Amino acid sequence: MNCIIIDDEATARAVVTQLCSRIPDLDVIDEFSGAMEAIKFLNKHTVDLIFLDIHMPGFTGFDFVETLKNPPKIVMTTSDTNFAITAYEYEAIVDYLVKPITEERFEKAIQKVKKSLTEQPKLGAREETDAGLDQDLYINIDRRLIKLKFKEIQLIEAKGDYIEIKTDNENYRVHNTLKKIKEKLPEKTFLQIHRSYIINFTKIIDIEDNSVLIAKNVVPISRSNRPELMRRLNLL
Amino acid sequence: MEEKPNLTYIDNLAGDDQDFKAKFITIIKEEFPQEVNTYVEHIKSDEPRAAAEIVHKLKHKFNILSMEKAYRFSVDYEEELRRGNMKMNADFLNILQSITSYLKTI
Repeated sequence: MNCIIIDDEATARAVVTQLCSRIPDLDVIDEFSGAMEAIKFLNKHTVDLIFLDIHMPGFTGFDFVETLKNPPKIVMTTSDTNFAITAYEYEAIVDYLVKPITEERFEKAIQKVKKSLTEQPKLGAREETDAGLDQDLYINIDRRLIKLKFKEIQLIEAKGDYIEIKTDNENYRVHNTLKKIKEKLPEKTFLQIHRSYIINFTKIIDIEDNSVLIAKNVVPISRSNRPELMRRLNLL
Repeated sequence: MEEKPNLTYIDNLAGDDQDFKAKFITIIKEEFPQEVNTYVEHIKSDEPRAAAEIVHKLKHKFNILSMEKAYRFSVDYEEELRRGNMKMNADFLNILQSITSYLKTI
C-alpha cells in the first residue's frame, strides 16, 4: 500500500512519516506542504491512501477532496475535533485523526483503510455495470414490460406516486419511486441533481446557474447536489 | 503558566530510532521560529484573523511538546483572534518564549 502526506507543517509531516514507517506494508511515496502540488502529483500518479490535513492556507483539506474525481482512501489529520462530522460526509474519508496522533490510534486508522480497500471489489462490480451503457432497463407499463436502453434515457422526474422517464423517443409514466429507479441505474452515467430529478450525465447540453439543459428540458439543480455535479464535470 | 515543554511524545514515537528524533528536532528548530515571527508580524500589523491561522499551527506544536495547558489556552486564543480580540497576546508570547528557550537546550 502506498500513500502521500499533505500538511503545511513540516513537523506534522515528520510525525506521520514516522508513524507510517512502523507499518510494514505502507510506503510513503511523497509528501506535500500544499494541496496544489499534491493535485499535480495525483494527475500523474496513483496512490492508495492520502493523509490529509484539514487546515491549510488557501485550500482546505475538504476543498482538496472535492477536486478529486476518483479519490483514493483518505485519512484526515487535524488539531480540530470540530470537523469530524463534516469529514464523514465524504465517502473517501475513512478516518479522522486528531493531533498529536498516537501510534495505537494510527494503527487503528490503517486497519480501517485496509478493511475499506478489501471492500472495494464490490464497488468494482458495480462500476462494471456502469460502463455498460448498452444495458437495458425493463419498465412495467399496463402489464407490458418495455425495454429501455440506458443510453436512450434523458432524465427521470418524480411526479407524486409516479416517475416520468423521458427518453430520446418517448416519455413513460411508471408507478414507482425515484429512489428505486436510482438503484437500477449506472452510477457513473446517472446523477440525481434535485430531489425530483435524475439526469443522464451524458445528455447534458449546457449548465446555467442553477439549471441543466437536457434535450429541451430545463432541469433545476439543488444546492446540495450541485457540488457532486461540478465535481463530475471535465472542466477546462 | 508554569508548564515546561518536553520531548516525551517524540521519544515514544522514536523508540530506538534516534535518527528520527534528531531529524524531528532539526525540523522543529527551523519551523518554530518562522511561525513565531509570522505570528508576531500579524499581531504588529493588527491582523488578528491571520494571527489565528498561525496560532492554529503553533498549538499543534504545543501538543507535540506535551504542553496540554498551553494547547487549551491556544484553542481559546485562536477563537478570540477569529473574533478580532488580541488581548491574550501577552500570555501567548510567554508560552512561545518558554518553547524558544527550551529549543535552545535540545
